[in-house]
Amino acid sequence: MGFEVIFKGKNFIRLLEGLGVALKISLVSVIISIVLGMIVGMIMTLKNPVIRAVSRIYLEIVRIMPQMVLLFIVFFGFTKMTGRNISAELSSVIVFSFWGTAEMADLVRGCLTSIPKIQYESSKALGLSRLQTYVYVIIPQIIRRLIPLSINLITRMIKTTSLIMMIGIVEVLKVGQQIIEANRKSSPHAAFGVFAVVFLLYFLACWPISRLAGYLERKWT
Amino acid sequence: MDEILKIEHLTKKYDDITVLNDISLTVKKGEVLVIVGPSGCGKSTLLRCINNLEDIQDGKVNIEGKTGMVFQSYELFPHMTVLQNLMLAPVKVQKRKKDEVKKEAEQLLERVGLSSKKDNYPAQLSGGQKQRVAIVRALIMHPEVLLFDEVTAALDPEMVREVLDVILDLAKQDKTMLIVTHEMAFARAIADRVIFLEGGSIIEDTTPAEFFDAPRSERAKSFLRTFEFEKVH
Ligand SMILES: Nc1ncnc2c1ncn2[C@@H]1O[C@H](COP(=O)(O)OP(=O)(O)O)[C@@H](O)[C@H]1O
Ligand SMILES: [Mg+2]
Repeated sequence: MGFEVIFKGKNFIRLLEGLGVALKISLVSVIISIVLGMIVGMIMTLKNPVIRAVSRIYLEIVRIMPQMVLLFIVFFGFTKMTGRNISAELSSVIVFSFWGTAEMADLVRGCLTSIPKIQYESSKALGLSRLQTYVYVIIPQIIRRLIPLSINLITRMIKTTSLIMMIGIVEVLKVGQQIIEANRKSSPHAAFGVFAVVFLLYFLACWPISRLAGYLERKWT
Repeated sequence: MDEILKIEHLTKKYDDITVLNDISLTVKKGEVLVIVGPSGCGKSTLLRCINNLEDIQDGKVNIEGKTGMVFQSYELFPHMTVLQNLMLAPVKVQKRKKDEVKKEAEQLLERVGLSSKKDNYPAQLSGGQKQRVAIVRALIMHPEVLLFDEVTAALDPEMVREVLDVILDLAKQDKTMLIVTHEMAFARAIADRVIFLEGGSIIEDTTPAEFFDAPRSERAKSFLRTFEFEKVH
């Protein structure tokens, strides 16, 4: 079945290291996306028409463009344009943050606008200042709605990192392919076993996270 | 008696539409004013202007002290327990001591029959219970004027009474209140004075006995008729 190659030499360790690279890139991108997404999301709720148009265009670009295209544009395009080399890891962090920020901002915007107006009004009627209203009333409610949604976004980002092998980053899928190549002669059917293990590793990374998201969603809504 | 609220020539517009047209009104300390009128006549807008939730285009609203308001839809903060809902504003806005506020919150909850619910979240309460908590949340700020905007309109009929009883109890304590309601029997029982509003203007300003038994204007008469039913058999 091809499972024997997994434990040959350092193969399994290499797969795990590959997963580590994918997780590291996701983690950095996720943190950047959450921070920037919060800010952009709040800006998006402003009723200024220019801000609205710009954020719409941003969201549409992110949704229409496949991440892989963005990755190629940043990785190869940037080098071509500036003549300076940009590392593959940095390119992927830029692309995933560009994408994650848009998704996160849209979630934040959605949560902000879903808080009923009466919550703001009754806060004001109680004498709370604008800042106090946000700190004690609005933001705690937004965080409760946002956490499960952003955890789902995180799992999607981890899965999408499998694309970065296209620009040469040695992450878990790439390691898997290397193992298959290296063992083509001795185990011609290694592909099935290796991909099964790669699948399992992604599953193990994402499943607990999405379970947590589901749990928080049930608990807080 | 002292005047506690004085409205002079208040005009409120949304864009070009005049919603309140030259309203003048004086309310004395301890007075219970009931405001009635057909839907869309500007009752909510009037309370919201008094409470500074709306900016006004003309005129003046002068209040000696603070207002507290209870709305038609339940507006408790869903992520806080009953006690946390009650304590937030006194502690954060009025900077009162937590222990003292907590004690008062518990006393007030007792008074409205909700002692056992103090650690519950709003989602665990019935509509009538939520509105009673909302009333307590306004009361605990010690407002000089209380504003009620159709606080029983969204309730199932069997819960209306428990909320109206709380408001009746407040009237006995000589609180100054402006009450918008469609409960005519309640209005008649609690009011010192009735205001009939239509099309953004005050049409009648009189005693409950006179308003309900001998309304002067044709419009008030036809408004009151909408609450009556003819015998069919
Ligand atoms: N935010 C708003 N924008 C435009 N028109 C409004 C707004 N709020 C209320 N109105 C209008 O003002 C009028 C009075 O509304 P309201 O005070 O809510 O009436 P009531 O409480 O007596 O039913 C209505 O015709 C309503 O359509
Ligand atoms: Mg109304």
